[in-house]
Amino acid sequence: MPDLPVVLRTDHLTRSVGDRRLVDNITVEIRSGEFLAVVGSSGSGKSSFLRLLNRLDEPTAGTVLLEGVDYRQIPPCELRRKVGMVTQRAFLFPGTVHENLGFGPRQRGEELSVALAQELLTRVGLPGYLSRDVANLSGGEAQRISIARALANTPTVLLLDEPTSALDEASKIGVEDLIHSIIRERSLTCVMVTHDVAQAARMATGVMMLEGGRVIKAGSVKEVLHA
Amino acid sequence: MLNRVFTDQLQLGLGQSAAAALLAFAVVLLARGRKVHLEGEAAVALVRGLVQIIAVGSVLVVLLRGPRWTGAFLLGAMILAAGAISTKRAKGIPGSYLVSTYSIACGAGSVIAIMTWLGVIDTAITSLIPVGSMLIANAMNTNGLVLNRFHSDVLAHVGEIETALALGASPRQSIAPYIQTSFETSLIPAIDSLRSLGIVWIPGLMAGMLLSGSRPIYAAIYQFVVLTMIFAASGLTSLVSTMLIRKHVFTSADQLLLRPGFSHKLSE
Ligand SMILES: Nc1ncnc2c1ncn2[C@@H]1O[C@H](COP(=O)(O)OP(=O)(O)O)[C@@H](O)[C@H]1O
Ligand SMILES: [Mg+2]
Repeated sequence: MPDLPVVLRTDHLTRSVGDRRLVDNITVEIRSGEFLAVVGSSGSGKSSFLRLLNRLDEPTAGTVLLEGVDYRQIPPCELRRKVGMVTQRAFLFPGTVHENLGFGPRQRGEELSVALAQELLTRVGLPGYLSRDVANLSGGEAQRISIARALANTPTVLLLDEPTSALDEASKIGVEDLIHSIIRERSLTCVMVTHDVAQAARMATGVMMLEGGRVIKAGSVKEVLHA
Repeated sequence: MLNRVFTDQLQLGLGQSAAAALLAFAVVLLARGRKVHLEGEAAVALVRGLVQIIAVGSVLVVLLRGPRWTGAFLLGAMILAAGAISTKRAKGIPGSYLVSTYSIACGAGSVIAIMTWLGVIDTAITSLIPVGSMLIANAMNTNGLVLNRFHSDVLAHVGEIETALALGASPRQSIAPYIQTSFETSLIPAIDSLRSLGIVWIPGLMAGMLLSGSRPIYAAIYQFVVLTMIFAASGLTSLVSTMLIRKHVFTSADQLLLRPGFSHKLSE
C-alpha cells in the first residue's frame, strides 16, 4: 500500500527512564488503513511504545507525526480524540453504559445521541445495553463497551494494547472478530500490541517485533512471522 | 492523686504528662500486639510534642507582654511549620510543601485576618494566639487528610484517569471524582466536631474562658464561633489545596505524573 497517505509516523521515537531505554529509537510509518501489530516478549517495551503514540507519556527524544504534523503542536485532548486507545482492562467509569459511551464527546461539550449510542452498541453486539449499570457487566461485555466508547470519539487511529488478553477463551474470539471487522469497515488505521503471534498473523497487515525497546524485525506478516 | 504528691505546679505538670504518656504507651503496646507498629512514630511524636509545647509556652510568657505585632509574626511561623508537617502526609506528591503552606496560609490566614478585623477574634495576644493556632492546626490536619486521600485515590485509579485522558478529557475532568471525595473526606472532622459540639465535647477554650471569669453563656456561644471558624478555615484550605495539587500531578502535556513506582523527577 505504498500509495496510501502516511497517517502516523514515528521519528526516532525514544523514551528513557533513568538510564534505561524503554523505547529505543523507533522510526516507523503507518499508512492509512494499515494494521500494525507490535509483538515481542513481556517487558520488551510494547506498551511503552503505544503510550507514546497518544502522548500518555512524553518521548525523551524523537517525536510522532500525525498526518504530517508534529504531535507536540496538537493540543493533547485533540490528539487523543483522533488517536483512540483501548487497553487490556476496560476501565469503565461508574454509571451507565450510555454515560460511558458519551464520555469522549462530552469532553468537547457534545452529547452522544441515543440513536448513535444504540448504533454503536448494536455494532459491538450488545443491543439493549444502553441504560445498564456498568458494574454488572462481564469482562467480555466491558471490553466491548470500552471499544464502543473509543469509537464514539470517531478516531482516525486506534491503539489497542492486548485488547483480548484479559478475557476468557470464549469472549476472546468474539472480541477479536469484532475488532477486526470494525477496523476494516471503518478503514481505521490501527496499532495493536499483542504477545500472541497467532493473533497478530490473523489480524495485522504489518508486524513490528520489539526486544529491549528496539525494533528487531519489521515488515509484512509474511516476512516477519512466517520467515 | 497526683496533686497530693506534687505541690509545685511545674512538677505536677510533668507528673501529669508522664501519666498521659504511660497511657499512650499502653495503647502502642496494644497496637503492637495486633502487629501495628506505632512505637517509633508515637514515641518521637510524644517527646517532640512535649518539648515543643514547653518551649512555645516559655516563649509565650515573654511574648504576652510584647507588642501586638508579635502575634502576627508567631502565627506566620506556625503556618510555615504546619505546611512542613502536613507535607509529610503527602510523600510522593510533587510540590506538596508549597501547596500545603500556601493552602494553610490561605485557609487559616484569611479566616484569622477577616475575623480579627471584624472583632470576632480579639487582637490581644492571649486570644489571637490560642484561637489562631487552633485554626492553623485544623487547617493543617485538613490539608494532610486531603493530600493523603488524594494521593492514594489517584494511585488506585491510574487506569481510570489515563483512560479518561486517552478519551480526550482534560486533567481536571480526569481526576474530578477523586478531588471531590478527597475534599469531602477531609471535612468530616470539622463537620463532626460542629455536629457534636457540647454533646460529645466541650473544647478546652471554653473551660479557660469560664476559669477566667467570662459569662458562661458567652463562653458557650464562643465555642460555636470557634468551631465555625475552624470549619471555614478547613474548607478553604481543602479547596485551595485540591486546586493547587491538580496542577502538580500532570505535565503541561496532560500526562499523569503520579503513578505507582514512578519517580516524577525522571519524566521532566
Ligand atoms: N514508568 C516506568 N518507569 C520505569 N520503567 C518502566 C516504566 N514503565 C515500564 N517500565 C519498564 O519498561 C519495560 C517495558 O515495559 P512495557 O512497555 O510495559 O513492556 P511490554 O508491554 O512489552 O510488556 C519493562 O521492563 C518495565 O518494567
Ligand atoms: Mg504491555
